Amino acid sequence: MSFKHYLLILLGMGAVTYLPRLLPLLLLSQRQMPDWLVDWLELIPVAILAALLAPTLLFDGQSGHIDLLRPQLWVAVPTFLFALKTRSLGGTVMVGMGLYWLAGLL
Amino acid sequence: MYRKTSTEILRDGLAAAWPICMGYFPIGMALGVLGQQAGLGPAWIGLMSVLVFAGSAQFIAVAMLDGGASATAIILTTLVVNFRHFLMSSALAVPLRGIGRRFLLLFAYGITDESFAVNMTRFRAGNWDRWRALVVHQTANTTWVLATILGSLVGSLIPPGAFGIDFALPGMFIALLVLQLHGRAYIFTGILAAGLAVIWKLLIPGDSYIVGAAVLAASGGYLLRRQKRLRETTG
Repeated sequence: MSFKHYLLILLGMGAVTYLPRLLPLLLLSQRQMPDWLVDWLELIPVAILAALLAPTLLFDGQSGHIDLLRPQLWVAVPTFLFALKTRSLGGTVMVGMGLYWLAGLL
Repeated sequence: MYRKTSTEILRDGLAAAWPICMGYFPIGMALGVLGQQAGLGPAWIGLMSVLVFAGSAQFIAVAMLDGGASATAIILTTLVVNFRHFLMSSALAVPLRGIGRRFLLLFAYGITDESFAVNMTRFRAGNWDRWRALVVHQTANTTWVLATILGSLVGSLIPPGAFGIDFALPGMFIALLVLQLHGRAYIFTGILAAGLAVIWKLLIPGDSYIVGAAVLAASGGYLLRRQKRLRETTG
């Protein structure tokens, strides 16, 4: 593969990555949004987080099947409870990593 | 808008960005290793990280390049995989209302799942502004670019999975999810999104479950909230 061909692919990938990141922000931030849209958008962070997280905990990356014995899933439970109790971002990351590491040693 | 000295802005931004960086580091290294195996040297993979800056799309692109896929196929796949940023960018327009276009041109470049989740949580909690949010973006970006280059240079020498670092990003997402649960509508939306994402992924292969489940769940949560408000005003 030539560098020119590679660069062309990267520029294409860059454009289709940048535009969805930019256009809504550029268009929506410059005007008064209707209340219903603001209300709906307020629920987007929790919806995206849950939609990203649940499958990564449940599905095996290689086979693409649900695996209820994944250490990720079982470590997520005490990590979640710790986050609920402390509401600490850094602490939760450290506790989660520590538990996951321990689970790997078992 | 509240601003303090640039040192304080930098410090606040870095304090918010560290869990992202800790998660990006091993993933970036892994991408660098794969890139090197696919014949993309440090400069080539680094250039990809600068121009594209989207983890999952880059992994897929490296695999497709290795398999000899066409440019069109790679670019279209990238578009589909990254379409969820459309939703995140829309949601960021609420705290960034009325901000100048030039700032947004720079800011938009750094929107990722991780920076979005961190910044939205901070904006919601208050004491956060666009400059701190920008520091989060640029710190995460720098870490990502350097990690991918480093991975392609020395990555194969480091054992994978050391110290549970593979759980850094899931752990951060769990904490951010908890911090987003501001009331019943949010809890309902989160549970709905998790369930829908799993079912959607079982039925339809690929990544469409992220956008699909998020849009449906946010709409469900919105309707629940509106019903409740209607009942309160009429009853």
